[in-house]
Amino acid sequence: MKIRHATLLDRVSARFHGGETVAIVGPNGAGKSTLLRLLSGDLRCTGGGVRLKGRDLASFSSRDLANHRVMLSQHVNVSFPFTVEEIVTMGAGDRARIAAQPLVDAAIAELELEPFRHRELPTLSGGEQQRAHFARVLVQLACGEADHGPGVLLLDEPTSSLDLRYQINLVEVAKRRARSGTAVVAVLHDLNLAVRFADRIIVLRKGTVAADGSPAETITDRMIADVFDVETSIGTEDGQPYVLLQRMQ
Amino acid sequence: MRPSAIAVYAVLIAGLLAVALLATTVGAAGIPLPRLAAALGLNIAGADPAMLARDQLVLWSIRIPRIAVAGMIGGLLALSGAIMQGLFRNPLADPALVGVSSGGAFAAASAIVISDSAWGASFRFLQFELLPIAAFAGSLLTTTVLYKIASREGRTSVAIFLLAGLAIAAIANAGIGLLVFVADDRQLRDITFWLLGSLSGATWPKAGMVAPVALLSLLAIPLIARGLDVLVLGEAEAFHTGVDVERLKKISIVLISAMTGVAVSICGVVGFVGIVIPHLLRIVIGPGHRMLLPASVCLGAILLILADTIARVLAAPAEVPIGILTAALGAPFFLFILLRQRKLIAS
Repeated sequence: MKIRHATLLDRVSARFHGGETVAIVGPNGAGKSTLLRLLSGDLRCTGGGVRLKGRDLASFSSRDLANHRVMLSQHVNVSFPFTVEEIVTMGAGDRARIAAQPLVDAAIAELELEPFRHRELPTLSGGEQQRAHFARVLVQLACGEADHGPGVLLLDEPTSSLDLRYQINLVEVAKRRARSGTAVVAVLHDLNLAVRFADRIIVLRKGTVAADGSPAETITDRMIADVFDVETSIGTEDGQPYVLLQRMQ
Repeated sequence: MRPSAIAVYAVLIAGLLAVALLATTVGAAGIPLPRLAAALGLNIAGADPAMLARDQLVLWSIRIPRIAVAGMIGGLLALSGAIMQGLFRNPLADPALVGVSSGGAFAAASAIVISDSAWGASFRFLQFELLPIAAFAGSLLTTTVLYKIASREGRTSVAIFLLAGLAIAAIANAGIGLLVFVADDRQLRDITFWLLGSLSGATWPKAGMVAPVALLSLLAIPLIARGLDVLVLGEAEAFHTGVDVERLKKISIVLISAMTGVAVSICGVVGFVGIVIPHLLRIVIGPGHRMLLPASVCLGAILLILADTIARVLAAPAEVPIGILTAALGAPFFLFILLRQRKLIAS
């Protein structure tokens, strides 16, 4: 993937399977968001390609694509006074209001947004807005999966404005989707959250894959020192690694 | 909670009928209600035949076409404002404010001057349609240029959008100034009369010219309403949600330009209708475009019929140019919105 002669991603190859939770981690500028935008169809590859359910991504219409993959972007800025419920309902596309309402209610309940249902989105805090957008994306996913079977859920730093409780909440919600067959791919900054979330972690460095495997395989002292230029001490609990930050190298 | 759709439309349509009735009865030649009924052919018994003939003439050849044109233009101005705000994700957008009307006016003024020259004589057969077509082309060009300038990678900056609009308006106004400078006396009268913005020239043929644009715009509302809702999230997000963003943008830009163009060609630059109406409506019915767009048409029609009536009676038998009236009322309102939206502009 190149933009204006800058190679953002080079020879990145990965498969994502239904039922799998994958975290993409790496330092700033490693190409995490670019990879996600390629997967979402937002950007087109300048070489190579992306296939979704065996079909070339470029052959999907935007409407068709919306039925098979959903994406939560990092910053969504709404300048009109839509209520939380109206925003969440947007996930249903042009489906009938009556058919979508149970899905909207379920998503609002799952993300504990009930108290904000009729509040105007621009008046809410960043974290509350992020949860509302996540609920919208879940409605879109549910609508698409109802008609076309398990889809792909792409999350670009979905926890950036969330407090600890809702970071866990989001991880749990995403994992529930994976258990019902959805492929979940998230860009995450917090390595501990990535371990907690993912079956598999892809570590990117300068546009290439530095590691791809289970948390235990990828989150190691060597790897983190290599990729992030920081010293850490990695412990294990229940066979899963955890990261304690020490100092810059 | 938002009010129900039925309640909103009932109030708006009742309001529209009320101002239309008011507008037919008052004016330089007043037609009080009993005589209005007679002139409409409802209750002719006992009417003075001479008076009846005069009333009917005033009603059918002056007042009703004028109300029809005022209503349609008001609806178009409000609708183009609402669509523009959705397209640019900016509640402060207005075709007159950001130079789209000026672009249309410049093109139309050029048409007046050129069609008068020997070279332009070949366009004579199009004389009647020339003005709106030129205004549409001018508006289309300015809207497209504005969009290219203001949006980058799917995000539009409020500040760049407004400043670019300011610059485009300045260029178009400089062009108009130049045309006024080179125009001969007769062309000058044409240009200034029309630039001041007046509905006094509203006739049935003009109503016939506006009507198709108004009808097509109404029919286009369902095509773009949901897309504009989702576009509020941003272009990338609208695409993720399944909206064909390119198609939505093209339809919106053409609609804004056609509506602004035809409005400008009839009554010059009439500002602020497009910003005041959608803003007021959003407070009451919320920002959802499926409701906002048709409601804007109704309230825009109400406002412009009312403003035109005021323009007719304020200094009767002379008329205050309607563009001056809407600017005098709309500009303070714009400042009020600006103060309320401070945070948005700063970001």
